[in-house]
Amino acid sequence: MNQYRRKHQDSHARQIIIVLVVLLCALIFITRLFFLQVLNDSYKDNADSNAFLKKTIYPARGLIYDRNNNLIVSNQPVYDVMLIMREMVDFDTLGFCNTLNITKAEFDDRIKDIKNKRKNPGYSRYTPQVFMSQISTSSYGLLQEKMFRFPGVLTQQRVLRKYSMPHGAHALGNVGEVSQKQIDEDSYYVRGDYKGQSGVEKTYENELRGEKGVEILLRDVHGRIKGKYMDGAKDINPVSGKNLTMGLDMELQRYGELLMNGKMGSIVAIEPSTGEILALVSSPSYDPALLVGRERSANYARLLKDKKRPLFDRPVMAQYPPGSTFKLVQALIFQEEGIINANTAFPCKRGYYYTKTRKMGCHEHKSPLDLAGSIQHSCNAYYGYALRDFLDLNLDKYGSTDNAYNVWRNYVMSMGFGLPLGIDFPNEKGGTIYKSTTYDKIYGKNRWKSSTIISTSIGQGEILATPIQIANLAALIANKGYFYTPHIIKKIEGGEIDEKYRTKHVVDIKEKHFDVVQYGMELAVKKGTARFGQIDSLVFCGKTGTAQNPHGEDHSIFMGFAPKENPQIAIAVYVENSGFGATWAVPIASLMIEKYLHGSISAKRLHIEKRMMESVIEPKAKESEKK
Amino acid sequence: MRRNENILKMLDWWTIGLYLVLIFIGWCTIYAACYDYDNAEIFNFSANHGKQIIWISTALILGAIILTIDSKFYSNIAYLFYVLMIILLIATIFLATDTKGSHSWLNFGAFKIQPAEFAKYATCLCLSAFLSKSQIDLRRNKDLMLAMGIILLPALIIIAQSETGSALVFFSFFILLFREGMNGMILILGVFAIVFFILVLRYNNLPDAVVGVDVPELLGFILVFAIAVITALIFLRIYTKDKTCMLTFLGINIGIYAVGIILANFIPAVKTWYFAALSIGVSIIFLFIWGMVMHRQTYLLISAFLMFSIALSGSADYAFNKILAPHQQIRIKIVLGLEDDPQGAGYNVRQSQIAIGSGGLTGKGYLNGTQTKLNYVPEQDTDFIFCTIAEEWGFIGSTLFIIIYATLMLRLIFLAERQRSAFSRIYGYGILCIFLFHFFINLGMVTGITPVIGIPLPLISYGGSSLWGFTLLLFTFIRLDANRMEVLQAR
Repeated sequence: MNQYRRKHQDSHARQIIIVLVVLLCALIFITRLFFLQVLNDSYKDNADSNAFLKKTIYPARGLIYDRNNNLIVSNQPVYDVMLIMREMVDFDTLGFCNTLNITKAEFDDRIKDIKNKRKNPGYSRYTPQVFMSQISTSSYGLLQEKMFRFPGVLTQQRVLRKYSMPHGAHALGNVGEVSQKQIDEDSYYVRGDYKGQSGVEKTYENELRGEKGVEILLRDVHGRIKGKYMDGAKDINPVSGKNLTMGLDMELQRYGELLMNGKMGSIVAIEPSTGEILALVSSPSYDPALLVGRERSANYARLLKDKKRPLFDRPVMAQYPPGSTFKLVQALIFQEEGIINANTAFPCKRGYYYTKTRKMGCHEHKSPLDLAGSIQHSCNAYYGYALRDFLDLNLDKYGSTDNAYNVWRNYVMSMGFGLPLGIDFPNEKGGTIYKSTTYDKIYGKNRWKSSTIISTSIGQGEILATPIQIANLAALIANKGYFYTPHIIKKIEGGEIDEKYRTKHVVDIKEKHFDVVQYGMELAVKKGTARFGQIDSLVFCGKTGTAQNPHGEDHSIFMGFAPKENPQIAIAVYVENSGFGATWAVPIASLMIEKYLHGSISAKRLHIEKRMMESVIEPKAKESEKK
Repeated sequence: MRRNENILKMLDWWTIGLYLVLIFIGWCTIYAACYDYDNAEIFNFSANHGKQIIWISTALILGAIILTIDSKFYSNIAYLFYVLMIILLIATIFLATDTKGSHSWLNFGAFKIQPAEFAKYATCLCLSAFLSKSQIDLRRNKDLMLAMGIILLPALIIIAQSETGSALVFFSFFILLFREGMNGMILILGVFAIVFFILVLRYNNLPDAVVGVDVPELLGFILVFAIAVITALIFLRIYTKDKTCMLTFLGINIGIYAVGIILANFIPAVKTWYFAALSIGVSIIFLFIWGMVMHRQTYLLISAFLMFSIALSGSADYAFNKILAPHQQIRIKIVLGLEDDPQGAGYNVRQSQIAIGSGGLTGKGYLNGTQTKLNYVPEQDTDFIFCTIAEEWGFIGSTLFIIIYATLMLRLIFLAERQRSAFSRIYGYGILCIFLFHFFINLGMVTGITPVIGIPLPLISYGGSSLWGFTLLLFTFIRLDANRMEVLQAR
């Protein structure tokens, strides 16, 4: 009995041990699961990166219209041909090659490249691989018809920019793949994204690009897509980019580019009452479509190498001495400062002797001239005298030449010179207006006077300005005392254009001083330096200029506005290496004005148009530099 | 007639209920694991979840048939069945076609059967019949050897079929032997063997990546020897209560270690493991002499334990490298953290842990698991099925699942203990062992605490052979239990 009991107790102990073993097992796993599932968060991220393919849905980029609501830039679909190697069974290789218009050898090479792990690190037999990128819509149509014969082939749509005309490349700018630097700067972008790289596309990138959407797809272990996560409940829809309307008149732009054909230079036209840029011609130009799609990088490299620098955005980047156009600035400042008035006259003996022996030359015209006459005939001497009176002979008023110069400089700066205007355009240059301290550094304090810097009086020497600054000057004079910062934008869909383009910049010069200047400019067109530019039945104002060019033939400049009453267009035309302003810049500007205001060119001036469009001016070095 | 009326009342509906709950959970999980976003049809018999409906239906019929068979039948056929099974197992080695390197599947047209699955059943019945004989006493070495023979014979044949995973299940019968009177020390030594094996593998060859601090050379040996000496001291305390011996023993070892640590610190050429070896060596000799002097076998046995420790740790590397197949070696290395190969051999384990871990506290919801559904977890409806449960139901759900499973196992112990017939009791413990082993290894491998051994989670994993096998095991026991009032089953 005792033995039976002991045996029973022993069995019972063993039973308890086994029960404990079972409980211990359960406890081990519950603890382990607690660590895996509750305490450790990293598995969740691992799982998400395993299973979720976050596919970006690209929004349609905003469209761009011109001021007359013509669609200028739109989107066109192109197609990448993709292959899934694993599914390519019974593949009609020859038919496929014929459809895409490639040879069997090219096909084989491409397949080899795809499978090359070094060239294509993301290769997998299960996922689509790019076989051929950006085929045209017509090839796509052909392929689509025969798709059933090519198992494993699929296409992926991409959107590229499409231009309605081969003009306005500089103004419109282009869209290109983001660089690593741009990715680092803005986390919105990832590799392979597109971004506006110049022109309007760049400035208004944020408006045009819209907001990317995300589609969360489920990806299996082989990389195959198995549907949408939660039926798309967590997807984010893309927001289309905003459409833009530009102030640009594409017809005028096109016309300007045709007139500049074969020449280098710029045309900037501005609507004075708003500051909207009507035309922004940089010549030589190129077809914006060149920088789209597969050929983009090859074409870009070619344009970059071109000696005539077609990629250089001359209207906003080229800085020239403004030449005689700058006399208008001087006339306004000297009047306001009381140095001269409408009746002040200075003699001109084919120039202005600022020392006994040194002369700033001038051309043949009657003498003496009053202010309007000095503008009409572009007399250099007049401005030499006036500058001398201002800087050297008014010391009781200003105290010193330095002070007088600074008064002058403030006026000039207020007219939009010396600093970039702040247009809605990338890479704008500001030109140069020296500070008095800069002259102090060069010549020494109080060791310079009007004669030292005499060439600034006629817009040469140290003064540099861009064509758009000169066009802006024309607008300022047209408005008799104010301007709006020039801008290319007219309307943003569902938004307002930047405050700064709606702000009037008023220059501290009385309106009556503008009247004299305008009168002088009117005379210049009627019977002065710009008389080749006359348009029947139109009274308009203009001023020629010649920018001295140390590297070659002088640049021809014209600036003006039309009509004189209620001006609609202010314009600056630069033709490089073409010599005196009247020869090329004047007719081109006048044709632009006529085109814009009348819509067409009068019959008797068509020969001028023809000559302008057909003539070619090659840049040539000065005789002296040729050697 | 009366007996048939009674049997329904006598059936243990708790166990049947748990069985039904588990196969239901199993089917739902298989459905979730095979769930295709495009094809969610339930009765799709080409998909595994559809086929499982067939397996479940047939398993239920099988269970019902088993319940109608007279309970004496099982004890009567036990030996015969065992012998036939051994013959079938041997035949299978030659008849089976090569399936991923293993020769364990017999093809009958469209059907495939793995005899090893049923060998467990035969062995369990045979052991029950053998151990329930009144003259058998596992305290006797001869009887113990016979019992071990019954267990190891099919295991060895199955190893010869290259199905090591299935063969390991047979070792779980040692728990049964323990319940039936085998000396517990054997199990304890077994546990020591495993611990020593792991320590030597883990700490003798620490890869550079794992080592953060300076560790002594052959750290594995040092740990094993130290643990063995401490264990010997505990044995002395329990089995001899000889204070003089214990104090001397302790003094000698502390002395050796103290000198060793000081010397190793000052002389770089002197390694710590020299003194660990010296300590265990001196301990063996000391206990041997003490035993001879005192004329007591206990000291000699403890001395033998220490020798066993040295032999085991010395041969661990050899056994690991020469006996285990390369894929087994790497699985063990991965679970020990000696190797990290998330793309290769470690892929399964890594992905299953991601799936489980990503379930979080509450899970992603039924049919919302991403890792299992998108095939990141391999064998997701068979061996790794627990991942789907854990991913979709989270910590709360999987804990509940473990509780249900543990409840079934505890219920089996309860049932076994209430048997009046030794045959039924032993059989009950036999199937408990099988369930426990599968449960432990399967969950262990998916959670990364045991090496990957490809065995299914009973009643949950997809597969006909497995479901039939476990139904057979369980319902036989339920049938035996229904007859528990008939005392004279065998003994």
